[in-house]
Amino acid sequence: MNILVILLDGLVYSSWLFIVSTGLTLIYGVMRILNMAHGSMYAIGAYTAATIVGIYFNHGFVPWGSYFFFISGAMFAGIIAGLLIERGILRIMYGSDEVIMILVTYAILLILEDVIKFIWGVEGYFAYQPYTYLGRSHIFGISFTNYDLYLIIVAAIIGVILWLWLNKTRFGKLLIAVINDQEISVAMGINVTKVYIITFAIGCMLGALAGGLTAPGISIVPGMGIQIIIVAFAVVVIGGLGSIGGALIGSLLVGMARAFAVHLFPQIELFVIYGVMALVLAIRPHGLFVRAKVRKI
Amino acid sequence: MVIAYKIDVKLYFIIKRRFGMNFFKRSFTVFLAILIGVFFTTANGFSKDTFRLGIVTFLSGAAAGPFGIPSKKAAELTVKELNQGKVPAPYNKVGIAGKKIKVVWVDEAGSATKQVEEYRNLVQHKKVDAVIGYISSGHCLAIAPVAEELGVLTVFYDCGTPRIFEENTYHYVFRTGLTATIDSVGAARYIVDLKKNLKSISAINQNYAWGQDSWHDFISALKDLKPNIKVKTVQFPKIFQGQYGAEISSLMMKPADFIHSSFWGGDLEAFILQGDARGLFEKQIPIFTCGEASMFRLAKQMPKGAIVGARGPFGLYAPNNKLNRWFRKNYISKFGTSPTYPAYKMVQAIFGLKSAAEKAAMKKKNFTQEDIIKAFEYLKFKAPSGTVSMDLGKGHQAMQGIAYGQYEIKNGKPTFVNVKWYPAKCVNPPDGMKSIDWIKNGMKGAKCN
Repeated sequence: MNILVILLDGLVYSSWLFIVSTGLTLIYGVMRILNMAHGSMYAIGAYTAATIVGIYFNHGFVPWGSYFFFISGAMFAGIIAGLLIERGILRIMYGSDEVIMILVTYAILLILEDVIKFIWGVEGYFAYQPYTYLGRSHIFGISFTNYDLYLIIVAAIIGVILWLWLNKTRFGKLLIAVINDQEISVAMGINVTKVYIITFAIGCMLGALAGGLTAPGISIVPGMGIQIIIVAFAVVVIGGLGSIGGALIGSLLVGMARAFAVHLFPQIELFVIYGVMALVLAIRPHGLFVRAKVRKI
Repeated sequence: MVIAYKIDVKLYFIIKRRFGMNFFKRSFTVFLAILIGVFFTTANGFSKDTFRLGIVTFLSGAAAGPFGIPSKKAAELTVKELNQGKVPAPYNKVGIAGKKIKVVWVDEAGSATKQVEEYRNLVQHKKVDAVIGYISSGHCLAIAPVAEELGVLTVFYDCGTPRIFEENTYHYVFRTGLTATIDSVGAARYIVDLKKNLKSISAINQNYAWGQDSWHDFISALKDLKPNIKVKTVQFPKIFQGQYGAEISSLMMKPADFIHSSFWGGDLEAFILQGDARGLFEKQIPIFTCGEASMFRLAKQMPKGAIVGARGPFGLYAPNNKLNRWFRKNYISKFGTSPTYPAYKMVQAIFGLKSAAEKAAMKKKNFTQEDIIKAFEYLKFKAPSGTVSMDLGKGHQAMQGIAYGQYEIKNGKPTFVNVKWYPAKCVNPPDGMKSIDWIKNGMKGAKCN
């Protein structure tokens, strides 16, 4: 058994999980909305990317150029969808209980599932060209696609950009202020509505980016958004809802646990993700990176 | 109608004897006779100009693309051609027994509870004369007892679990599709025939009833044929997982002669895309028991040499007969793509129902549902896949053979090479015996030559 292969498999899967879950945790951290429609953003990103890849390669353009178009296309679709949802529905619901917001975003998820079927139909889409174009590398005795390996770098870049944005920019500091105390932030003159709009759009963009980056390696089919939200939820709960660092550690824990299970105990592969989640929550009910807070009355 | 007439005559004489016959009583008798006539007419459902057919298949969800939509297209084409009397003999009579077919569509997406509700709605409110449907085995298991309760002829066209007729006896339920047993037994026989010095096997199947049953049937059958077979790794990822990086690594680290998979739809396509990109299939031959449904979509992405099943003699494995030529030609010209096995299975169900109804109509002009059921039991009928014999499940379950071959592209078109055909009695247990018992007992009595 080559432990390095297991670690690399775990790292690839963790990177994907981090990209998928980071938008979900960002939105919760700022807005206290557990955005179930994040799954739809993932699906919209994937479908948009597949459409762009299809058009791009049908026109016979140079393959390497496709990466720019399908990635930016997916991100753009995420921003537009996010703005429409936030301005169209969520702003009316602000102030509602967190459970109500879960139901609202779940309803949006279901509506968007049908919208996706209406636009793209029910038959699957492929966008494999960017996945195979980068070739493969022989590492630790077996081959990996370079596309999957680059995902590790992409996840790291996303993590660094988010960290810099939150910690080194003025807007990031405003965001942290809103995360810590919304009332005081309003009293200090921070435009919380603007912070909400931008955060939600960026969170949705990250969800769509995850879908766009995943699209080349899969068959894009209806229902994919609903499937993804479950695993993304497990990751952010492990790390602590609202914590970007928590999402990173949650992704690594789940990714590694799953890789070890697949290689050593394939029978428990399905159990292991939720087993890790249950174990973490039993020890730290608010997740690894979130401390229990005194509730304001 | 005959029953209604007999009751009317009896009623007429009873009232005449008991009360005599003045104008009022005569009028009452006639009114009652009409009521009874109307009741029996609608209860039997076969004296109208149209035959209302409920068709249930996946119109949304992950199973719609690979299975539901091809089935729907096949049904639309077949019903239209039947209603116009354009299908070749023996199906050149209009509709079903001269009655034009009117289809009521139902989406199979959703839970078994929802299917039962929809089924009741089809029968009790939409008043269908018969139902054809169901891809999911769970849905078939849930619907069969409800069909018995409501007493409506129901034809399962695709679901594969052998438990339907192996664990129960049904009067109103038939299945023109084949059981999943033949997929596994046929695949095991094929790889043993293909590689005489077969030593090892790996597998990746979805972690739910279909994937688990497929693997257990397959490995049990393979152990009958090759007792010393070595199992390298068996993976059961979650259904709709989509990401198979670690599973592919595991399969590559423990290479086997073949990799068995009953994956379908998006999962199958994702696994092939990811596995092919990593060179998984360069040294290990994959067996995709449901691969034919994705073959035309994947085309060049489908690994050359992959062993592909069509869950029976369907698709490119179907014989070159008149009905198959009619079906392929019309399907390709209308939809621009080759029909896959779910499409064939849908046509098979419609032809099975039509054959039974017309056999009943030949014996009795005003036939009833009971007459169709009698005609359907142990029926032999023609289909694009060849002759279908309803020889299992006390005459309610179809029995056919299966073919397997290896995928190749010739002249730009997907095709099969090294095709081998296994007759029905080679891959099916004898009637009355459970598939799993038959396999575990060494598939005794199988006739493969």
